[in-house]
Amino acid sequence: MEQAVQIEVVRPPITSVGPIGWVKNNLFNGVFNSILTLVTLFFLWKVLPPFIRWAFIDSAWHTTGQACRKAAGACWSIISMNYRFILFGFYPYDLQWRPSLAMMILFGLLFYSRDRNHWKKPLAYAWIIGLFTMGLLMKGGIFGLTSVESTQWGGLPLTLLLAVFGLTAAYPLGVILALGRRSKMPGVKVLCILYIELIRGVPLISLLFMSAIIFPLFLPEGVTFNKILRAQVAIILFTAAYIAEVVRGGLQAMSRGQYEAAESLGLNYILTMRLIILPQALKIVIPPTVSILISAFKDTSLVVIIALFDLLKTTQSVLSNPEWMGFSREAYVFVAILYFLGCFSMSNYSRRLERELSRGD
Amino acid sequence: MRGFKDNAASEKVNFWFDPKKRAILFQLLTFGIVGLLAYYLISNTLINLEKQKIATGFSFLQKESSFEIGESLVPYSAASSYGRALLVGALNTIKVAFIGIVITIILGTIIGVARLSTNWLLSKMAAIYIEVMQDIPILLQLFFWYAIFYETMPSPEQALNPGAGIYLSNRGVAFTILQAHPAHKYMLLAFVVGCVIVYLIRRWARKRQEKTGQIFPTFRVGIAIVFGLPFITWLAFGTPLKMDPPKFVGFNFQGGLMVSPEFIALLMGLILYTAAFVAEVVRAGIQSVSKGQKEAAMSIGLRPTLVLNLVILPQALRVIIPPLTSQMLNLTKNSSLAVAIGYPDFVSVANTTINQTGQSIEGVALIMAVYLFFSLSTSVFMNWYNKRVALVER
Repeated sequence: MEQAVQIEVVRPPITSVGPIGWVKNNLFNGVFNSILTLVTLFFLWKVLPPFIRWAFIDSAWHTTGQACRKAAGACWSIISMNYRFILFGFYPYDLQWRPSLAMMILFGLLFYSRDRNHWKKPLAYAWIIGLFTMGLLMKGGIFGLTSVESTQWGGLPLTLLLAVFGLTAAYPLGVILALGRRSKMPGVKVLCILYIELIRGVPLISLLFMSAIIFPLFLPEGVTFNKILRAQVAIILFTAAYIAEVVRGGLQAMSRGQYEAAESLGLNYILTMRLIILPQALKIVIPPTVSILISAFKDTSLVVIIALFDLLKTTQSVLSNPEWMGFSREAYVFVAILYFLGCFSMSNYSRRLERELSRGD
Repeated sequence: MRGFKDNAASEKVNFWFDPKKRAILFQLLTFGIVGLLAYYLISNTLINLEKQKIATGFSFLQKESSFEIGESLVPYSAASSYGRALLVGALNTIKVAFIGIVITIILGTIIGVARLSTNWLLSKMAAIYIEVMQDIPILLQLFFWYAIFYETMPSPEQALNPGAGIYLSNRGVAFTILQAHPAHKYMLLAFVVGCVIVYLIRRWARKRQEKTGQIFPTFRVGIAIVFGLPFITWLAFGTPLKMDPPKFVGFNFQGGLMVSPEFIALLMGLILYTAAFVAEVVRAGIQSVSKGQKEAAMSIGLRPTLVLNLVILPQALRVIIPPLTSQMLNLTKNSSLAVAIGYPDFVSVANTTINQTGQSIEGVALIMAVYLFFSLSTSVFMNWYNKRVALVER
């Protein structure tokens, strides 16, 4: 009785699957979209080939400034001939292995910290030791390392230093401010709100001006801090206000039940916060905290205005050298790529973390 | 139970176990520490100021500034006072921030919509734009645009002339504009009057619709009134159409409208940078409105424009406005980076003032006060607007 039924497999038409189907569905669905695609393609065709020609084919890679002026394309020589100065500023030439090593340690630590399974106590100790070693390597003075004055620090290590130390110090301050803002004590609350709103209402540059010009007036005569430390303080005070707002968001997301449960266990305020509320609240706000890290990293470039030799300033001083004058595009593109790599990896990481955390593991 | 209460009342509680008293003590301590710190800093500052013989107070505002400012919206010369110079700076900040905000919102919306486009190519281009612009510091972008303008543009003698009446050179862009005529003042007046009339018509039309259900074509009539009234005024003055083209005299252009390279670089940097953030805000706002809302609106027979105006936009705007406000404030605050490329904004003028008078505390305090004023007034306005569009729950 059984009859073999011949099922004829009807394949979808060739125009709706495979590459052709994809192109049809994603680029040419409808008149308007087709026009958009054509316009975009035309734009790309006009822009990309000349750019590639300028950047890669007609470009000079390792020549003197004079030879560069004859080249029709980009002059990447400005980077390859000056990269040591751009990256390290006035740091003594023979000792530049030290900031390089410090940066290696930083990158290593960052790379190791990517995995959330590694977030345990030893990692915190590793960071403390790491940050200390980095400072030691930069400054020197003991263990037979030649002392290097911080006025000679510059370039990429300075940028990273301002960002990393800035965030490390701003984080606890921000958490305290956020707790203060949520406090039931009106006096403390008003102080914290005033501080946070005042700082968030003014541009970072006004704080940097303050650190550069006014801060020396605050101190008794004879006591001076160096410029980098003063700028660092300004960055910390600025970032802390933003972190406070992010942390407040996390604190607000905690349900009342958490507080009540802690109270019913008889925990006092400090224990409630340390054991119950903060671990949960801070976990929620990891992704926005990473965005703050990104903006702190970008904002360190503002120290150019108070004449610290960060990455951007060293690039500009190369550009003011008559031999390399007029190659701003190449130099700035190089710095932009460095910043982009840093920020892009961080934002990418933040997105991944957000996905992981929202999955609930 | 009674006994327990009595017991608790009679037993003397140490005051540091009483939450109320402890809170008072703690606050007093906090204020004490903050006060002491402030006292220490202020007394040091006063001693230092006296030693360095720096004047205090804001009397310097009336003194002659004796420096020139490149561009100004109000009459200004080196003989004007510092107060006047700071006003010029503040107006320049407002100018760049206002124009920047308007263009940023338009560009950001376009990019945000492009990011959501079903067109793969366009969506990917928008995504790349957003990612790249967000990840490069605004200061670097400003330097980049300024350098490009300076290095690639020719001198005024060989100015590029891409369109009729427009001249590009490293001194800036010169535009041809209409020659000043008394009619312009009245046209502006007519425009304002038109806006008021349209506002009244809209209120009347809404009331009538609620009463009778009849729809009045407010939009079309409104457009006609807003643009028609100034046009009639223009006709009444005998259609003045004399142009004021920029002419190359001596070393630079004269006449017309001259826009400085600093202004262009600053505006371009601010717009391109902030538009990336606005695009993300707009995208999130549009995505927050669920598909069902649109389908429900269509199923009750609303026309597409009404679906957008009555259903989609009110819900999307509710999500968009708070982060958009903070982006607008960011743009205003970032405009202070003008000092790095030499556009005379408030910070830049205040910086010059500080350098000349040495009164750094007053100068920085003024900078902070002005930006706080911008921030607070914007957030007050936006909170008011936000309340209007916010969800009214029963």
